Amino acid sequence: MALGVNLFNRKAAVQEAAIQAAALRSDRFRQDREGDWNRLEAIVRRMESGRLRGIPDADLLALPVLYRTVASSLSVARETSLDAATLAYLDGLVQRAWFLVYGPRIGFAAWLRRFLGGGWSAAVRGMWFDVLIAFAVMVAGTLAGYLLVSHDPDWYFSLVPSQFVDERVPGASREALQHTLFGHKDEPALSVFATYLFSNNAQVSILAFALGFAFGIPSLLLLVQNTATLGALLWLYHGKGLTLDLIGWLSVHGTTELFAILLAGAAGLHVGRSIAFPGPSGVMQSVRVAGQRAAAVMTGVVLMLVVAAMLEGFARQLIDNTQARLTVGISMLVIWLGYFFAFHRNPQAHG
Amino acid sequence: MNTAVLRHEMRRRRLLVTPEGIGLNLTLASRGSRFGALLIDFGIIIVLTVVTTLLLIWIFGGIANLDERMKQNDAASQAMQFIQILWMAAQFLFWNGYFMFFELGPRGATPGKRLLGIRVASRDGGRLTAEMVLARNLLRDIELFLPLSFLLSGTSGEMGGAGLAAAAWFLLFALFPFFNRDALRAGDLIAGTWVVESPRSKLLEAMSLGNSARGGLSTATGTSYRFGEKELAAYGEYELQTLERVLREGRHEAMAAVQDAICRKIGWDPGAGDEHAFLEAYYTQLRARLEGGMRLGVRKADKWEKSVRFHFTEGELSVYGEPQLRKLERVLQENQRDQFVTVHAAICAKLGRAAVEGEERAFLDAYYAQARARLKGGMRLGVRKAD
Repeated sequence: MALGVNLFNRKAAVQEAAIQAAALRSDRFRQDREGDWNRLEAIVRRMESGRLRGIPDADLLALPVLYRTVASSLSVARETSLDAATLAYLDGLVQRAWFLVYGPRIGFAAWLRRFLGGGWSAAVRGMWFDVLIAFAVMVAGTLAGYLLVSHDPDWYFSLVPSQFVDERVPGASREALQHTLFGHKDEPALSVFATYLFSNNAQVSILAFALGFAFGIPSLLLLVQNTATLGALLWLYHGKGLTLDLIGWLSVHGTTELFAILLAGAAGLHVGRSIAFPGPSGVMQSVRVAGQRAAAVMTGVVLMLVVAAMLEGFARQLIDNTQARLTVGISMLVIWLGYFFAFHRNPQAHG
Repeated sequence: MNTAVLRHEMRRRRLLVTPEGIGLNLTLASRGSRFGALLIDFGIIIVLTVVTTLLLIWIFGGIANLDERMKQNDAASQAMQFIQILWMAAQFLFWNGYFMFFELGPRGATPGKRLLGIRVASRDGGRLTAEMVLARNLLRDIELFLPLSFLLSGTSGEMGGAGLAAAAWFLLFALFPFFNRDALRAGDLIAGTWVVESPRSKLLEAMSLGNSARGGLSTATGTSYRFGEKELAAYGEYELQTLERVLREGRHEAMAAVQDAICRKIGWDPGAGDEHAFLEAYYTQLRARLEGGMRLGVRKADKWEKSVRFHFTEGELSVYGEPQLRKLERVLQENQRDQFVTVHAAICAKLGRAAVEGEERAFLDAYYAQARARLKGGMRLGVRKAD
């Protein structure tokens, strides 16, 4: 211990001598503070390499304080020193410390907790207007699909993607159609789940969101296109008196899936509207706010699609009657609605 | 570094103001290094994909008769489907989670970015949040893969004019970084982020601490270099920086050339063999002089700037109060030449001084520094001047 103190004293004395010897005031300034700078640099370097565990608590606590100390050194140096080396070093060091002090501090788990515990629903509520518009567009799309096909059944083939056109064609018998809805109990649930994931619903909804850039119009077109298919199917089953059965069959996972697509379209529209009508704060600012909110909603959309895949894969095969299917579908819808619009909690309070 | 490179560097400089109000000089990452980082990251992802695919195939026990087993609804096919789902989950994680995971880390950069020395940062100087990283990465698919697929299908002519139009529209996304000054891609725009060079500078030794710097005494020849006021007035801050660089590099021919140039300028006779000591002494004394001027609010940018020292009397400084001073500070920060001219003219008129053309900045700097010093002194004595 005594040796340590002795060494320290000698080191301090050497430093003192160097400070005395320096000719320039700005060099003395630098030598006075170099200890702090080096300490901050050591902490920053260790944190950057990701070895957080090796850093003593004292250093972690000291980081913000040292950051401010060195930042003020930089301000003073800019006003008093012309030593380019010092200025460049301080600028770089303050930047590195700034990245850490103002970096994304929460880990993935904490973020997920905050996201599920209010961040997601708050983001959805933040774009309620776009959700309403998207909903109206989807209803209109369904109606349009239904009406088009009922006027001219040929439309059916252009509205319904070819993968659905198997037994489900205009003129199919009631039994054939009924067969598509019931009696698949022993189909392997996993394979349905897998097919669903393969069907790339996640990509479609990300597309709906991304297309929002063009003032939201392509997002709306995508919604119309998707729901027109739904309208055409409704017409087909309606003709054979199977409307409710189809709705039940769809609703098991459909309330979740259609809700997810609705939110994706709304997110795209939200971004599009923020570009078209930026408001007083300017387009860059408004796009940024809207974009971050939309990103949160979109992450949720991907989660919802996974839930929908599980419902389609497992729940729909196991439940083979319309009433129970409707119960599942409607309760999912109620759960989502309650979660988004009745569940109010300030996510920041726990962040 | 040649001038073209320097000028290019300057164009990529951005000032970012931290919440503490300190301006930091960021350098935007070049488009080339960002593209390079992307290629490296995709390379890593593809390797990961191949490795997991092989691993899963190995787990399942060989690639043979995969198709037959798929069709049978037995335990083997169940296991196959499970592995398929695992594979898809892994794909999803690699392509979407990879960027998120690394950009949320303490370096704010994927391995590719780290290799090329760049990172993601928030554009407004605030905290880089998880939502920002999320938003900028969600858009990557659309920016990159949609244009590619549309380009391939659109130009083949199968989709006709609509395909070409779509390809053009998506190409607009892919080339977004070329249409704006900050090289933002659409994801950056949405997220409020940008990609900058990560700073990594070491603290280099000051050039003013050598033997010949202190006292100007050369160890080699014993000559003492002392420069007078007139000889030091020849140069400004720009030349000082050049001198520092030459001293740091320490190349003999460069030092000899610079010594020649200085001697010609100040009318000395250049000697040979003691260039380092001469330059070190000149550097230190020039820096001492320029830094002394800074403390008085006088700066000299380069040798072209006439070194006129502005000194204001107590009476001249008492004309304005704090709000005017703040306004002056803002004008100086904004750095607009026409503003300097008008403000300079206004102050000169008020003070009854003759306006000196070309000296507006120096005049305002000096007036600001001296007026602020005066008002600060007043505050300490409990006297404040509202306006």
